[in-house]
Amino acid sequence: MLTGAFALVFFYAPLDADQGFVQKIFYVHVPMAIVALCGFVAGGVFAVMHLRTRESKWDMRSYVTIHISVILAVGVLVTGSIWARASWGHWWIWDEPMLVSFLIVFLLYATYWPLRFSIEDKEKQSRYASVFAVVAGAFVPLNFTAVKMAQSFVHPETLATTTGGLPPKMALTFVVALAGMTLLFVTLIKYEMASKHATFRLRALRRRLAGDDDELGFAGRSAAPQL
Amino acid sequence: MLPALPLDEAGKYVAAAYLVFLALILIYVAIMASKLARIEREVVELAEVVERKQDAAPPAQRAKEPVA
Repeated sequence: MLTGAFALVFFYAPLDADQGFVQKIFYVHVPMAIVALCGFVAGGVFAVMHLRTRESKWDMRSYVTIHISVILAVGVLVTGSIWARASWGHWWIWDEPMLVSFLIVFLLYATYWPLRFSIEDKEKQSRYASVFAVVAGAFVPLNFTAVKMAQSFVHPETLATTTGGLPPKMALTFVVALAGMTLLFVTLIKYEMASKHATFRLRALRRRLAGDDDELGFAGRSAAPQL
Repeated sequence: MLPALPLDEAGKYVAAAYLVFLALILIYVAIMASKLARIEREVVELAEVVERKQDAAPPAQRAKEPVA
């Protein structure tokens, strides 16, 4: 689907009247940003479920969702920087609320792993990480609100403009790109969840086998949740 | 609003942005593939340990153990 979206970007969507060909970055940058921010919020929702039920599967879902969202956030920052350089002539503009607030969100979530790793007790680790994910997840919508409230004319309004929003061909391409990015996000989450489950089952098997035998070692301290 | 960049100059930036996205996904998939390869190695290692244990166990105990 993402491949189809990129085909639409280059062969179907018209050139932007103001920015020209550079505007094509929009179709990878904005869907990635939306999916990353929604992923952070979803991580917070999973963390709420973990705090309510105390089931480790929710902690694992929260952890993996935040992990993939942070990876996408790196992509958002880099592609945004490239777009800024092409459009504004600068790699970064500190006066722009969208850029700075996204950077703050990214740096906030970058502390998630050190936080988890610093707590040795697994039960405490998952509980504190869930509290962090809930608070940080609630902070993320502020990112959007800050941009909407800021009276800046620098960062382009992408989904709703004074002229009535995107033209139909651009809107269709954008929707397909957003759907493709969402599917990629879900696929990567499933991929990583499967890998984590396999790792923990293997570790549990090791522990059982090592019960009467020291030949098999135990896994050390980890930031990843335990199932 | 700044004037649009000419296509030859804008193309570099657009290509760079899409390549960054592609590189991110490829790096992630490569890291996950190496993790899966490690899991596979550990499964083989565990299977060997189980086999060694079964061989070392006395015949009477071996008969009691489930096959699958």
